[in-house]
Amino acid sequence: MNSQVLRGRWGYASVTDKISDLVLRRPTHWLWALGFGIAGTLTLVLLGGMVWLFAVGVGIWGVNIPVAWGFAIVNFVWWIGIGHAGTFISAFLLLLRQKWRNSINRFAEAMTLFAAGIAGLWPVLHLGRPWFFYWLVPYPDVMDVWPQWRSPLVWDFFAISTYLTVSLLFWYVGLIPDLATLRDRAHGAWRRMVYGFFALGWRGEARHWARFESAYLLLAGLAAPLVISVHSIVSLDFAIGNTPGYHSTIFPPYFVAGALFCGFAMVLVIAIPMRRFLGLEDFITIRHLDNAAKILLATGLLVAYGYAMEVFTAFYSGDKYEIAIALDRMKGFYAPVYWTLLFLNVVVPQVLWWRRARRSVATLFVIGILVNIGMWLERFMIVESSLAHDFLPSAWRPFIPTGWDWAMLAGSVGLFALLFLAFVRVLPALSIFEMRELVEEEKEEAR
Amino acid sequence: MSPTPITRRDFLKLAGAATALATGACTAPPDEIVPYVRPRAIADGIAQFYATAMTMQGRALGVLVQSDMGRPTKVEGNPAHPSSLGATDVFAQASILELWDPARSRTLRHRGTPATREALVAEWRSALAGLEARGGEGLRILTGYVGSATLRAQLDGLARTYPAMQRHEWEPLHRDNSLEGARLAFGRRVDCAYRFDAADVVVAVDADPLGEGPGWVRHARDFASRRAPQSMSRLYAVESFPSITGDMADHRVALAPAALERWLAALDAALRGEASTPLPLVEAAAHDLLAHRGRSLVVAGEGLPPAAHALVHRINARLGAPGATVSYLPAVSDVACAESVAALSRDMRAGRVQALLILGGNPAYDAPADVEFGAALARVPLSVHVSLYEDETSAACAWHVPRAHYLEEWSDATAHEGTVSIVQPLVAPLHGGVSIHEAVAMLGDDAASPRDGVMRALHLEGAAWHTALRDGVVASTAPAPLALTVRDVAFDPADVADGWTVVFRPDAAVHGGEFAPNAWLQELPRPESKLVWDNAAYVSATSAARLGAKSGDLVEVARGARRVVAPLWILPGHADDAVSLPLGYGRERAGPVGSHIGFDAYPLRDGGFAWSAPCSVRKAGGAHALVTTQLHTRMEGREPAKHMTLAEALSAHSAAHAERPVESLYPDWPYDSYRWAMAIDLNACIGCNACTIACQSENNIPTVGKEEAGRGRSMHWIRVDRYDDGPTPLHQPVPCMQCEDAPCEAVCPVGATVHDSEGINVQIYNRCVGTRFCSNNCPYKVRRFNFFHYSAGLGERPVEGSNPQVTTRMRGVMEKCNYCLQRITRARLQADKEGRRIAEGEVVTACQAACPTRAISFGDLSDPASAVAQVKRSPRGYTLLEELNTRPRTTYLARVSNPNPQAANE
Repeated sequence: MNSQVLRGRWGYASVTDKISDLVLRRPTHWLWALGFGIAGTLTLVLLGGMVWLFAVGVGIWGVNIPVAWGFAIVNFVWWIGIGHAGTFISAFLLLLRQKWRNSINRFAEAMTLFAAGIAGLWPVLHLGRPWFFYWLVPYPDVMDVWPQWRSPLVWDFFAISTYLTVSLLFWYVGLIPDLATLRDRAHGAWRRMVYGFFALGWRGEARHWARFESAYLLLAGLAAPLVISVHSIVSLDFAIGNTPGYHSTIFPPYFVAGALFCGFAMVLVIAIPMRRFLGLEDFITIRHLDNAAKILLATGLLVAYGYAMEVFTAFYSGDKYEIAIALDRMKGFYAPVYWTLLFLNVVVPQVLWWRRARRSVATLFVIGILVNIGMWLERFMIVESSLAHDFLPSAWRPFIPTGWDWAMLAGSVGLFALLFLAFVRVLPALSIFEMRELVEEEKEEAR
Repeated sequence: MSPTPITRRDFLKLAGAATALATGACTAPPDEIVPYVRPRAIADGIAQFYATAMTMQGRALGVLVQSDMGRPTKVEGNPAHPSSLGATDVFAQASILELWDPARSRTLRHRGTPATREALVAEWRSALAGLEARGGEGLRILTGYVGSATLRAQLDGLARTYPAMQRHEWEPLHRDNSLEGARLAFGRRVDCAYRFDAADVVVAVDADPLGEGPGWVRHARDFASRRAPQSMSRLYAVESFPSITGDMADHRVALAPAALERWLAALDAALRGEASTPLPLVEAAAHDLLAHRGRSLVVAGEGLPPAAHALVHRINARLGAPGATVSYLPAVSDVACAESVAALSRDMRAGRVQALLILGGNPAYDAPADVEFGAALARVPLSVHVSLYEDETSAACAWHVPRAHYLEEWSDATAHEGTVSIVQPLVAPLHGGVSIHEAVAMLGDDAASPRDGVMRALHLEGAAWHTALRDGVVASTAPAPLALTVRDVAFDPADVADGWTVVFRPDAAVHGGEFAPNAWLQELPRPESKLVWDNAAYVSATSAARLGAKSGDLVEVARGARRVVAPLWILPGHADDAVSLPLGYGRERAGPVGSHIGFDAYPLRDGGFAWSAPCSVRKAGGAHALVTTQLHTRMEGREPAKHMTLAEALSAHSAAHAERPVESLYPDWPYDSYRWAMAIDLNACIGCNACTIACQSENNIPTVGKEEAGRGRSMHWIRVDRYDDGPTPLHQPVPCMQCEDAPCEAVCPVGATVHDSEGINVQIYNRCVGTRFCSNNCPYKVRRFNFFHYSAGLGERPVEGSNPQVTTRMRGVMEKCNYCLQRITRARLQADKEGRRIAEGEVVTACQAACPTRAISFGDLSDPASAVAQVKRSPRGYTLLEELNTRPRTTYLARVSNPNPQAANE
C-alpha cells in the first residue's frame, strides 16, 4: 500500500516514543556532524562577509548604476519565497482539512521561519547605511520624521514583520503540546526546565485542548491570508517601479505562485534526506511526496503561465521598452539565465506528470534542487536584467556579481542548513500530537 | 577612488601634511592683490573672485577664481577675456585640483636628496662665473612657448649679460607646421585668430578648432552663435580622427592623413576652377566657399605639412577671408620647436652645454624620440628643472625646484588673439614653490619682487594696473591685425601609399601628459570614446576587421625598431588605414594617480614626423581591460537625442510641450515663487565635457578610480551621452531632470529625496539610508551612489580646497544634480537682504557657467520673459522620455544639421 499517509503499525505510545527520541535520545550521527560543520563554516563566511560589508560598504558587491539592486534583493525574494510553503501547508491545508499535512507541517514551518528570517536579513544588508535600517519603522522620532508611506519598501517592512511574527506564533502555539511531551520525557533538570518553561504549563487537560484547538484554528485563519499578502507586497517592490520588466500587474499572483513552487521544492529537498536519515519513512510516506509533487506541478504550471503572460503582455502592450526588455532577456547578455530558468522551472517539472517520477525519491530530490536553482535564477533575471536595460541606451550596463556576492549567498544557505540541523536536534521535527491524531484517524478509517 | 587602508605612519604623514596645508592656505600672498568684483575684506562665507589667466602652449585663457576665506576653490571664465567670454575648458576647471594636489612637488632636490635653495644658488652662480669669460657660452635655457612679457624681458636681460647664452623652446603639442606654413606664405611666422561668428561656410581640414588648441573656447562660442536656424552657418570637416569639430560638422569625410593632403589639393584646384580628381565633398565645398566669398574660411590642422598651411593661407586670401573671418597676429614663438630641442640635445651630447635651466615642461618624457633627450641630459654637468611635479625630467636633472602653480604666482599672459592679461596669485605657494620668474631671478641676480617685475614688463602702474588686475585683461592690448601679402607656394600632396599611418593626438583629458596626475581629468570620459583612465589605439571598424582584432585586444604599432603595444579601440567615424594614438600616457613619474597607466606613444614620434607617420600594425596577442562609461552608443530607435535638418527646424511649429496638460493621479505641486528650470541646446553642445568637470569642482564630486568606473560607479552629476547612430554624432548632456512627478520621490522609504517649494528634487544626504530604489526608478539614471567612501580616496582635494558650501558625502548615500542649490541660496540671501526677487541671470549653475557654447540655459520658469522660458518655447524643444509623464524641468532643444543640398549624396 503506497498511498497511505502512515505506514506500519504505530500506536499512540510508539509514535510519541519515536519522534521524541529523535530529540532526546538519538546519538550524534557522523553525517549530522559533517553537515553541521559545513553549514557552520558557510555561516562564518556569511558573518565574515557582513563584517567586511559593514566596514567598507556595499561596493564589495557587483551592484552599480543602473543595476543598483543586486544579489541582496535576489536572495531576499528567493528566501521569502521558500518561506511560503510552511505556512501554506500548516494553515491552508489545516483549514482545508488535509490530514496528510500533519506529518510534514512542523518541519515545513521551521523551514518557513528560518527562510523568512534569513530573507529579512537581506534588505538590511542591502542598505548603503544598514545601521539606519530602523528609519523605515514609524517610531516616535524627536524630529517628527516618519517613513514615506508611498514607498513599497515601507509596505514591505510591515508585510515581512507581520508574516514573521504570525508564523512564529503559529509555529510556537503548535509546538506547545509537544514541548510538554518533551518536558515530561526529558532527562536532566536543565532540559526539563527549558522545555517546561516554553510548554507554558501544558497539562493536556480537555480545557487546554479546547482552547488550543480554537487558538490554533484562529492563527491558521490569520496566517493563511498572509501567505498570499506577503509575497504580493514583495512583488510590489517591483511592480510599483516604472522600470520595464518590473512594472507589471501580474506580479502579485505570479510571485505567490512562484513562492509556493519553490517552497514546495524546498520541502522536498528537506523531507527526502530527513525521512531517510531520521528513519521517518513511515510518517513521511511516498503519499506525502506524491502530494507535494502534484502541488509542485500545479504551481509550476502557474509560474509557466506567468512567464508566458509576461512575454505576451510585453508585445500586446506595444510598449517599446517592454518589448525591448522581453527581447533582451531572450537574446541579450542574460539570455543564458533566461533559457536556463525556463528549462528548470517549466520543462523539468513536466516530468511530474508521470506517476513513477512522483514516486521516485531520487527524481523528486533532483527536481526539488533544480526548481530551487531555477527560481533563484528567475528572481535574478527579474531584478537584474530589467535594470540593466531600461529607458536610455546610454545607461545600459550589465550586473556582474563579485566573489562576495556568491560567498554571501552560499553563506545564507549555510546559515539555513545550520538552523535546520540544530532544529532537528532540539525540537520534534514532526508534530507528535498531530501524528497521534493521525494514528487515531487511520485506525478509525481501518475500522 | 576606492579607499586604501591607512596605517599609523600614513596617518601621521597626512596629519602633518594637513597642518602644513592649513597654515599655508591661510597666508595671503606677500604682495597686494585686488579682488575682481567688490573690494572688501575677506568675510566669513562670502566668496571673492579674482581675475587671472591660465596659459597653455603660450596662449592664455582668462579666468575668475573663487576664493573662500582665502582658499581658491573654483575656476570660472572671465567674461572680459577675449579667449574666454566667461567660459572655461576642462583644463582650467581641473587646475583647481592641480593646485591642491597633495602629490605636487614640495621639496627642492639635488640628485634626489632634499637640498637648500642657497646650495642651488651657490652652485649655479659658481658655474655661471666659470662661463662668464666666454660670454656665457655653454649656458642654455629651455622653455615652452613664452607668452609672458615678463619672462621675455627676464630672458632678454640674461641674454644681455651672457651674449653667448642660447635659448631653446620645446612644446610637445607645438605649432611648428602652421608657423612654418605662415613663413612660407607670408615671409613671417604668424598665428591665426579665427572669427567663426563671421563665417557662413567653414571647411576644416584635419583641424579641430572647436575642440583644442589656442582660443578653442572662443572659437566654440563664436561657432555656436552661428548655429541658430535663422542664420545658420555650414561646416565641412575632413579629418582622420572623429574630433569635436567633425562631430559638429554638417558634412564630414574621414580620410587617412595622406589622403587629406590630396583632398586639400583637389579643393584648391576646384576653387581655381580647374579639373580635379573627384573626391567626396570637394565640389560642394568649393562651390559653397566661393558663393560666400568674404564670409567663408578654411582652417588647416597642425598635422598638415607647412606647404599645406601655406596653400590654405592662399585659399583664404582668395576667399577674402583675411580681416573678415581670420586675422593674423605675431607668432607666439620664432623658434621651430623640433629643431630647437634637437639642437639642444645634439649640443648636450657633444658636451657643449655646461649649465641648463629647464623652465617647466617635461622634455625627458615628451621630446621627439629621435633626439634622445633624456640620455643627452645626463651629459650636462649642471641641470636645473623647475616643475610642478617631480617628473621624468626632474629625475634626469641634477636639480629639481618645485614650481609655483599659476594660482600661486605673479605673471602675465597673452590671449589667442594677443590681448594681455595679468596673472595674480590667489594664495601663497602651498608647497613653497617658486614661479618661473622667481627661478630666473633667483639664478640671475634680480632682487625685484615678482609683482614689480610684471608691472615693469607691462609698463603698468597706478590706476591702470589696478584696473587691469581687477578686470583680468589689460585694455586695448590686442595687436592690430597684420596686413600680409600671400605668396604662391607650390604644394605637392604626399603620395597615398598603401599601409598604415599612425596619427598622434593630444589626449582630450591629459593633453600632452602634463595633466596625467589629475584624477578629475583621468576620470573624464573622452568625448569620442567615453574611455577613462587609459588611452587606446583608435581605428575604424574596417581596419579592426582587417587586423582581426576587437576593442581591448592588444596591437603593436611599429616604426622600424621602435614599437608600442597598445589596446585597440574601434571608433565609429575614424578613417580607414590609420591608427590614432593619444599622447600623454605611460608616464613613469606622474604621482600616485597618473603613473604607469596607459601606453606612451611618444617613442614613435620623431621631430620630422610629429603628427603622423607611416607605420606597421599587427595584432600583438593578449588584451587590456579598457573602461568606458557608456557601453551602448546606439539610440535603438528611441531618439533620446533628437535631430532635424535646417528645413525641418525652420518649418517646425512652436512646441506646446512645456505646458501640455497631462493626466496624473497626484495633484500638481503648488508654486508661489520661483520655478527653476533648465534647457540644454543639443545644437550648441559640442560634447567638450567642461560642464561635467565644472560640476565636479563645484559640488565636491569624488573620483572613483578605474576599477570602480569599470563597474559603472562613476559619480559625475552631469554626464555627456554620445550616440553614433544618428545622422550625425550626437552629444547629450544629462543632469537631473528635476521631474514634477519624480519617480524617485515616490519610492524612497525614508523621504530622503523630496520636492522643494521651487520644484527642485532635492536629496537629503543625512536622511538617506541607501536603498537605491530611487536610482532604479529614475528613467534617466542620473543618480549616483557612494558604494564606498569615495570622498576619502586617493586623488581628492583636501577639505580646504573643497567648496565650503557643499557637503561631502559619506559612503552609502545617494547623490545627484540639484541645480547648484547652493548658488540659488547664495543669490536668495543677497536678494532677501535687498528685499527683492532673485533677478534673471543672477543664478548661474556651474555647468552653465563653464559651457563654451552657452548650450545650457537656466532660470526661473515662472517669469515668462526669462531666458530659459523663452528657450523652452523654441520649436526645437522636446522632453526626454516625454511618454513617461515625469514632466521634467530640464528639457532639450534638438540638434540641427544644415547640409548642402548640392552635396546631398555625399
